[in-house]
Order: sequence, then C-alpha cells, then structure tokens
Amino acid sequence: MKMTGAQAMVRLLQKEGVEVVFGYPGGVVLPLFDALYEAEGIRVILTRHEQGATHAADAYARVTGKPGVVIVTSGPGAANTVTGIANAYMDSVPIVVITGQVATHVLGTDAFQETDITGITIPITKHNYLVDDPADIPSIMAEAFHIASTGRPGPVLIDLPVDVSRGEIDFTYPERVNLPGYKPTVKGHAKQVHQAAALIAKARKPLLYVGGGVLSSNGAKELKELAELMQLPVVTTLMGKGAFPEDHHLFVGMPGMHGGKFTNYAITETDLLLGVGVRFDDRVTGKLATFASKAKVVHVDVDPAEIGKNRPVDVPIVGDARAVISAITAELRKMNAEPRTDAWMHVIDDWRARYPFHYHTSETAIMPQYVVERVRELTKGRPTVFTTEVGQNQMWACQYLRITEPRTWVSSGGLGTMGFGLPAAIGAQLGRPDHLVIDIAGDGSIQMNSQELATAAINKLPVKVVILNNGYLGMVRQWQELFYEHRYSSSTLPQDCPDFVKLAEAYGCFGIRATTPAELDDALVAAFAYDGPAIVDVRVEREENVFPMVAPGGSIDEMLGGIPGGPVSEMLDEELFEEVWE
Amino acid sequence: MKHTLSVLVENKPGVLTRVASLFARRGFNIDSLAVGTTEDPTISRMTIVVSADETALEQITKQLYKLINVLKVQDLDPEEMIDRELVLYKVSAAPERRHEIIEIANVFRAKIVDVGRASLTIEATGTGDKLAAMEDLLRAYGIKELARTGKIALARGSRDA
Ligand SMILES: Cc1ncc(C[n+]2csc(CCOP(=O)(O)OP(=O)(O)O)c2C)c(N)n1
Ligand SMILES: [Mg+2]
Repeated sequence: MKMTGAQAMVRLLQKEGVEVVFGYPGGVVLPLFDALYEAEGIRVILTRHEQGATHAADAYARVTGKPGVVIVTSGPGAANTVTGIANAYMDSVPIVVITGQVATHVLGTDAFQETDITGITIPITKHNYLVDDPADIPSIMAEAFHIASTGRPGPVLIDLPVDVSRGEIDFTYPERVNLPGYKPTVKGHAKQVHQAAALIAKARKPLLYVGGGVLSSNGAKELKELAELMQLPVVTTLMGKGAFPEDHHLFVGMPGMHGGKFTNYAITETDLLLGVGVRFDDRVTGKLATFASKAKVVHVDVDPAEIGKNRPVDVPIVGDARAVISAITAELRKMNAEPRTDAWMHVIDDWRARYPFHYHTSETAIMPQYVVERVRELTKGRPTVFTTEVGQNQMWACQYLRITEPRTWVSSGGLGTMGFGLPAAIGAQLGRPDHLVIDIAGDGSIQMNSQELATAAINKLPVKVVILNNGYLGMVRQWQELFYEHRYSSSTLPQDCPDFVKLAEAYGCFGIRATTPAELDDALVAAFAYDGPAIVDVRVEREENVFPMVAPGGSIDEMLGGIPGGPVSEMLDEELFEEVWE
Repeated sequence: MKHTLSVLVENKPGVLTRVASLFARRGFNIDSLAVGTTEDPTISRMTIVVSADETALEQITKQLYKLINVLKVQDLDPEEMIDRELVLYKVSAAPERRHEIIEIANVFRAKIVDVGRASLTIEATGTGDKLAAMEDLLRAYGIKELARTGKIALARGSRDA
C-alpha cells in the first residue's frame, strides 16, 4: 500500500501497540504530527518541554513494562531530549525517541535547526538510526522497538529527515527483525546455574542483592519464590525497589551510601553474595576492596559487560534475571536443598532492631523524614506509584517508604536527574490511571521541570507533588556541611520563592502549604483526595541531614551518623553465631 | 600488553564512529586501527591494536559486542596470526647517498616508489619489528614524511576448521 513515510511511522507505532506518545512539534517533524492528528488508538501528550516528554516516556515504560515513545523536532527539540535519554540509558529503560531532522540534501550544512543528534547520542543510546530512505522505515521501526525492549533494555533514537517522512513508500509490515549482531542471551548456562544453586545450598550467610534487572525481566514473583524457598535475605538497590516486598521479613533494606546500617553490615558479613540484575554501582559498593570482601559472588545479568566490570565474580551467569532465578530455584528443588539461614536471619534481625533509620522528632518543626512517613501511612492500602526528584528528598523516600509492588517506584538512579520526578509522575499516571501517583520532591528539583504542571492540569492527570521544602539544595548543603566546612556556596534557595501554592494555582492545580506538624496530615489528605493535580508545599526543618551515610570512597560498613555503632566486626555477636550454628 | 583485535562489523555508515567513540569514552587507548571491507562487501574488518591488561581487554571485548553493528571480536594470538603493515617513507636523499638508501630498502625487501630531486619514497610492508628496524636505519638520512596504514592481521590458516 502506498503511503508517506510519516503515515508508515504511525502505522508501525500502532502495530507496536503504542497507546501514548509524548511529544513536542516543530518544523521538520510536522509531517509526523500531521499523521498523528487523527491516528486511532494513540494519545499524544503535548508536554511543555522535550525533557519532560522524555522523562514521562521513561516513567511510562517503567510502570507499564512497555517502551515509552517520544516524538520531537530537530535541533533544539532533539537536544532537549538528551538528559532524558541519558537518564533512560543509565537506568536501562526502554524508550524510543523519534526526532525530526532537516532534509537529507541539506544534512551536514548547518541548516536551520540541524543538530547531529545521532552523533550526540551515540554514548547514551543502546542504538540509533538516521533514516535516509523511506523504504527503510518499517525495518528500522521494528528493530528499534525490538532493541529497546529486549536484552538489557535502553533508549533507541530514530532521526527522521523531513523529506524521508514526506517521501512515499510501498508499505508492508516487516516480517521479523534481522539483527545478526544482536542476540541477547536469555537462558543461563546450565553448569553455572548448578554451581550457583550448590553454593546457595551450603551457604550459611547468603544474601540476595537485587537490582533493576529483576524488574525489567518481570521476575519479582520468581525472586520471592527463591528467597522464600531458601529463606534468603534480600537487599534491593534504589533501582530494584519493588522487586521484593519491603514489608517482608526477609527484606533487608537498600544498600550503599544512604542505605541501612543493617543492610551494609549484612553485605559486609555475607559469605555468598547473589547479585541479580545489579551492576555493583559505586553508590552501592563504596570502597570496592572492602565490599562483601568475605563473600563468594554469583552475578546474574543479561549484560555480559556488567559481569566482572567492577568486582571479580566467582560464578558469572549471563541471562535474563527471571529465567535464571527460576532455573536456580528448580535446581535447588532438585537437590532437595533446605534453608539454613536461621542463625543468619537472627543476626540480621538483631542489626535491624539495633540500627533502624532514625531521626529526632520535633513538636514544632516538620521533619522531612516525618513527612515521608506520613505519606506512607496515609497511602497505606491504596495502590500508589511513587516518583522522586533527586537529593535528600529521594534518599528519605528510599529510607522511609515501603514499596511492595513491582513497577510502582520510579526514581532516577544512575544519572540522578533533578527535575525527573514531576514529568515521571505524569508518565506514570498515564501508564497507571487507577493508581495514586505521588512525586516526593525537593524545592530545587521541582523547579527544573515545573512547567509540566500545565501538562498535568490540561490532561487531567491528578498527580500529587509533595515538596520537602528546605530552602536549600539540601544534598549539596549536606556535603558542604560535612566536607566543605559549612561553606554553603550556591546552595541556598529562598523557601518562599516561588510561592509553590500560587504556582500550583497559576496552573489550575490545587496548592496547599504545611508549616507545622499539626498541619501536615490535613494538607496531605486534602491533596490526595483532590480530583486533580496538587502540590503540597511542606516547610521542613531546613538543615536536616540524610543519615546514615558512607563517606565518598569509604567502606560501606563505616557509616557517619545514624545510631552509633562501630564497624561490623565489633558489632557481630560472636557468641550468638556460635550458639545458633553449632 | 598489546593485543590485536580483529573485529567484524556491519558495513554501515557511522560504525567506525561508534567503535572509536566507545574506545574514547571508556578510556581504552587505540595504538592503531585499520578498516576495510572483507570478502563479503556488507561486512568490514577492523584491526585494532590496543594496550590493555586482561581485565581491560575483557571489558573492551564485551563493550564492543554491545554495539549492535559488531558481529565478531577476536583477540588474535600473536603466535597464530599473520600481521602486516604498510609504510611509506619519504627520505632525504642527496644524489651521492641514494645507493645506500636503496640498499637498505633492498635488504628489507622494500620498494622505491618515487624518486625526487632530493628524496626517495620507499614502500615497505611487514611486521612491526621489521618496520621499526628499517625506520631506525632510515632515520640517519632524515625521514621527511611518513605515512602508515596501521596493522592488519588474520589468524593463520592452521586455525581454520
Ligand atoms: C540536573 C542536576 N543538576 C545538579 C545536580 C546536583 N544535585 C544533586 S542533589 C542537588 C540538590 C537538590 O535540591 P532539592 O531538589 O531541593 O533537594 P533536597 O536535597 O533539598 O531534598 C543537586 C544540586 C543534579 N543531581 N541534577
Ligand atoms: Mg531542597
């Protein structure tokens, strides 16, 4: 069938099952927006900034498991997606970004709004394409969606010159993708799976260290089965939150810089670290030499390049997390392996009881941690997706929320992108219309994409933004307090500029402020009950710090702040170990 | 340690950029790089010489495989490969010293490919050692200009199935 390249693009989006596209038009992408004008089954969300569109697509992908789609124009439009693409790349999120481009005959001449977006995004995409022939559109689209969503997921960019989208093609659906250089391994190697199972069967202090890979592979159920079968304690990274229920007795928190002391102690003491869909990120490991230094390491990941990258591994298993977890469980069943972690769980429970997250409560000031706790309590039992901004707000959200369902936690991990949370909330709300969606925000971060309040208001997306307004770039201030002699260089923000309540109102959203602990619950309840987007401006204690904390480059069992207690070696109750084990 | 990687890639625009950019951003140093099509015109071979220890080499290989257009990466065994490089030397050559230079070229089975008023241009192929030895001798006469292709290599036939 004859049609234009742009019409073919739309047909292919429909074929991929795309229901929502996030975008922003401009000159050279108009053919595509024109083809989208009355496209059946595709809702186009016009954001207020291309960065917003990209983060929204990213979050949409995280909560639905389907690739998020972005369509923007060339030059500035394309350039504005760069942060969003980098964010999706770092967190392995499947998005397909389609950028308009100047016509092929002027490519390379610095034509109006020309930018080499394929060149710019080589290091931050899983793959990208510059389409120079309309006839290639079907195969490129099929490949792009395939590459984005399989193996280790990630962003793919398609740069579409205007003459290509106007050009005519004889359209047929591509039968299948032909990518000789791309064949992700799904099944783990049987011998290695067996080795891992054998190690688990005899480990006395095993620990599952779980990341985003388990969520991307939809392996939460299988993970729970394995953990429960062998009574294995589980830590989940910031990216892995939701892969294991945080109210489960085997859950041992988040590791790393602002993780739990009990979590970091468990990692330091474990004799078998089972990393699944993780990448031994420096924010998790701290000083590598002392990270899980007593442990044998099994590392399961779909990306072979992650295995052994930062930490030597005893049993490497390349494969899809869910498939490999299932295989390990099956192997353990075959071996009739029995759980033997009683003593270990005892020790962990003891640490957990001794070193919970902790803050000083106040009658007069609203503690930021208290806000997160109240949000947690007030949403209990209500299906909720949490997004976050970046900074202290994000770390307190990690510490005090309880994420119990997969794909209900959306936070910028690898890139740490301020301004992610609000557009992410919008994308999440579109992906999960029945969920309450809450962005735990900072007063700095929220200003990086606050224009998206318009997107929320106009599209009737009732997202809630809870701003922990401390009048600082709080995490920066914290580092300056601890490591730069209290010299608060460029980190102060007036708490009342902007007036966030008025800002909300300016966009037709609901705005409310809480300045005392007594006002907090009412404000949160009002916002959560409101039938539309809302901002809660919570004036929190200004100079509160996130503790405990691993100093940059330090060992993770040597944490500043929090409940006092020395490094793990001193805290281990040897007697208890002896008693329970022998 | 130096490794010679033989990398088969799809012959598509931008592939060289992807590979070069990967080496640059991951901090791997390229000593030399040569590209050309293979017996199959849709596939190119890149011969890349890198200095890397075993861990770094493993990362390089795995990262290369992540590029969609990369089909195969081989770390050639120095004992089991044929490697060559082609070099053009433009050497200062006053008429009275020409015969000496020509003699050196002959010893190394190199060819004189251009004769100028005050220079000779020599084409030499060989392995790194041979070319280094020859270059060393030619330096005494003054090398005015030099161009090299970078190393190309294939595994020896004895390694074929
Ligand atoms: C786009 C971007 N710029 C700069 C930073 C560095 N940074 C990390 S946290 C932070 C402060 C965030 O302030 P705020 O949003 O108010 O959060 P708080 O730490 O106060 O909770 C900054 C500037 C970043 N992560 N992202
Ligand atoms: Mg702040």
